[in-house]
Amino acid sequence: MKSRRFISKLTLALIMICAVAVVAQSTPTHAFTDQVIQQGATGDDVVELQARLQYIGFYNGKIDGVYGWGTYWAVRNYQYEFGLDIDGLVGPEMKDKLAKSTEYNEQFVQRALNEGRKFTHYGGTPKKVQQGPKGSRNKQKGGEQAGQQPAPAKGGQPAPTPEQGQAGEQPTPAPEGGQPQQGGESPAPETPEQAPVPDEEAPVDQNNDADIEKATNVPPGYSDNDLQLMAQAVYGEARGEPYVGQVAVAAVIINRINSPTFPNTVSGVVFEPRAFTAVADGQIWMAPDETARRAVLDALNGQDPTGNAIYYFNPDTATSGWIWTRPQIKKIGKHIFCH
Amino acid sequence: MLRNIIIGLLAVAVIALGYWGFQEQEQKQVLSINAENNYQRAFHDLTFHLDQIEDELGTTLAMNTRRQLTPALAEVWRITSLAQAELGQLPLNSLQLGKTEEFLYKIGKFSYRTSIRDLDKEPLTDEEYQTLQTLYDHSHDIREEMREAQAYVLKNNQKWLDIDKELQAATEEKPSDNLVVNNFEVMNKNIEGYSEVEWGAGLASIEDLNGEMKRALAGGKKFSKEEAKDVARKYLDLNENAAVHVADTGSGLEYPAYSLVIDDPDHEAHYYMDMSVEGGHPIWFLQERHIRDQNISLKEASDVAQAFLEENGKESMQLIESKQYDSIGLFQFVYLQDNVRVYTDSIMVEVALDDGNVISYEAKDYLINHKERSIDEPVVSLEEAEKSVNPKVAIMEDHLALIENELGDEVLCYEFFGTINDDTYRIFINADDGQEEKVDRLERAERVYDFS
Repeated sequence: MKSRRFISKLTLALIMICAVAVVAQSTPTHAFTDQVIQQGATGDDVVELQARLQYIGFYNGKIDGVYGWGTYWAVRNYQYEFGLDIDGLVGPEMKDKLAKSTEYNEQFVQRALNEGRKFTHYGGTPKKVQQGPKGSRNKQKGGEQAGQQPAPAKGGQPAPTPEQGQAGEQPTPAPEGGQPQQGGESPAPETPEQAPVPDEEAPVDQNNDADIEKATNVPPGYSDNDLQLMAQAVYGEARGEPYVGQVAVAAVIINRINSPTFPNTVSGVVFEPRAFTAVADGQIWMAPDETARRAVLDALNGQDPTGNAIYYFNPDTATSGWIWTRPQIKKIGKHIFCH
Repeated sequence: MLRNIIIGLLAVAVIALGYWGFQEQEQKQVLSINAENNYQRAFHDLTFHLDQIEDELGTTLAMNTRRQLTPALAEVWRITSLAQAELGQLPLNSLQLGKTEEFLYKIGKFSYRTSIRDLDKEPLTDEEYQTLQTLYDHSHDIREEMREAQAYVLKNNQKWLDIDKELQAATEEKPSDNLVVNNFEVMNKNIEGYSEVEWGAGLASIEDLNGEMKRALAGGKKFSKEEAKDVARKYLDLNENAAVHVADTGSGLEYPAYSLVIDDPDHEAHYYMDMSVEGGHPIWFLQERHIRDQNISLKEASDVAQAFLEENGKESMQLIESKQYDSIGLFQFVYLQDNVRVYTDSIMVEVALDDGNVISYEAKDYLINHKERSIDEPVVSLEEAEKSVNPKVAIMEDHLALIENELGDEVLCYEFFGTINDDTYRIFINADDGQEEKVDRLERAERVYDFS
């Protein structure tokens, strides 16, 4: 629960930052688009969400632009601590709160994201410390951030005992009324729920393991490489077919994986000798298009236009008489699908 | 003079061509020996492992204590999966191998089930001994066929590449009569002849989705093709002018169904749909069209999906998973009865994030399993159930859920979401006896490998 302590330490720093910001009449924070961010989403809003949550120590995972489980728990913890509805949905209220209580250096994050650098986005730590080892190009950026960093409490802030922040390993969230409010002195009315924090300088030695990498959603149990291999097989076998025919071919591959009479892996099924003509004649090594990939995704997610078929053949070119004896289900495009 | 020069040049050309041809030939030989060796290895490994299976099964028959039986059965299970993989590498098709593969699958399943059981508390029953005996007898037959094939391959220097060629040339009228292939076929035929009864409980029936579907749909009102068209238009929210083509599916599908192709004038693209004749339920549909850039959020799309289900009589469905793939939102819903998530009744809906239309729908599980159930109150309290969860897991969320356990029975469970470090887990604790039913590690996003 180091992070919780860290949060409380930081809140004070944040208040100070806000104070500076208010005084300096900073430009209004421009944050997020209008969308309500939901689990499973991808994109820039998610990158921003993760970066902002990391800034205040709620999120310790990779900033990867995919709203996965790690992000979900961070959001819920945030909602819990700040008295919002705990639903994992990032709506306007939460986005407002986040925008006001955190900094987001979009340039820094997006660049690191694109360069595949290891880095973190914790507030209170100079960016250059957080930039990973990858680069000679470790430029120091965000001077303004560095300027705001050292935020030792100045007079006027109530400075409660340091133990308070460290005491509970799992501090119960501060109910709004129960905490001494920051009161009139605080120039940060935006964050009224914040608990008083011990006066310490922000820790510099962050865990820099967390890094940023672009990521993507994959269906459970399959890697993106499996998906690619199947997309190649589908493209090689059925690229001239209508979309539903491509989904059907992908579904046959999956039905075979699940069938006891075929190998149990994607590669086992695809490369089984005499199984697919596209494998035999090398057409599988062509680069698949987006349609084939989408067809595979649909099939992996449960779509099966074939009615659980495990064979298909092209009646114009089929050489084996045996295949005609199988119970036929239907014809999609050029292929007849059967058991 | 000129003649001599020409002769000289031609001679050089012939030699060069000969050299080139020789090299090509040599290369081809290396490649074909390589391919042949791969086949040979798979084949000899396979016979070795089938030998081993027979061996191990034979030994287990005489064993009496758990200390001996459990590792022996685990060994059978391991070797079975090796043999399965090797079968998949031979250039034979299901005609020659299908039943053999099924047989190996059943041996594997039986040995796995019995090896993980606490045989001290629950020793093998007489029936299971009988099954073991039967498996042993069959594996003996299989071994004999394979050994003969192996001896033939070794004696006659039989090449798998030649077998492959022979099989490809074979036709219905003139089937190949290669002894190796014949042995495989005989083995396969023999297994086909084994009666289903001998397999013992839980092994006879291999998962049979279409059969389940048939039973679930049976007795519903029969829809005519015209009625099917109306249902389709209503589902896809199209007016009567939308052209619909209906066809029957082939006899290979156990339940009667219509295949529909529906024109969507808005997108100049088709919908494809399967609908059951009995009950007129759309089983799945999908739309074939290009999806443009994202305009709406995943949240809005999930509302669309929810509304779509409600409009079509699938009420009380709860969203349990949402995922964005580029500009497609994918949503998994399960039926919610008395605040219990019924995981067996699930529906998948995809919504295009460009204009918020439903582009894909799949409800096979829902159609097979859905019914109103009487769900009993949990016997175990939530607090007690929490104690059954591994103490290393930090529990974050809990629900009540109905899932299908390994034996195929529906059980009421507490569903816990929890974390260890960065991993999130879903843990089902039986609400009647506090047993841990199932633990899943939930997937993480996958990093994009970019080499450009």
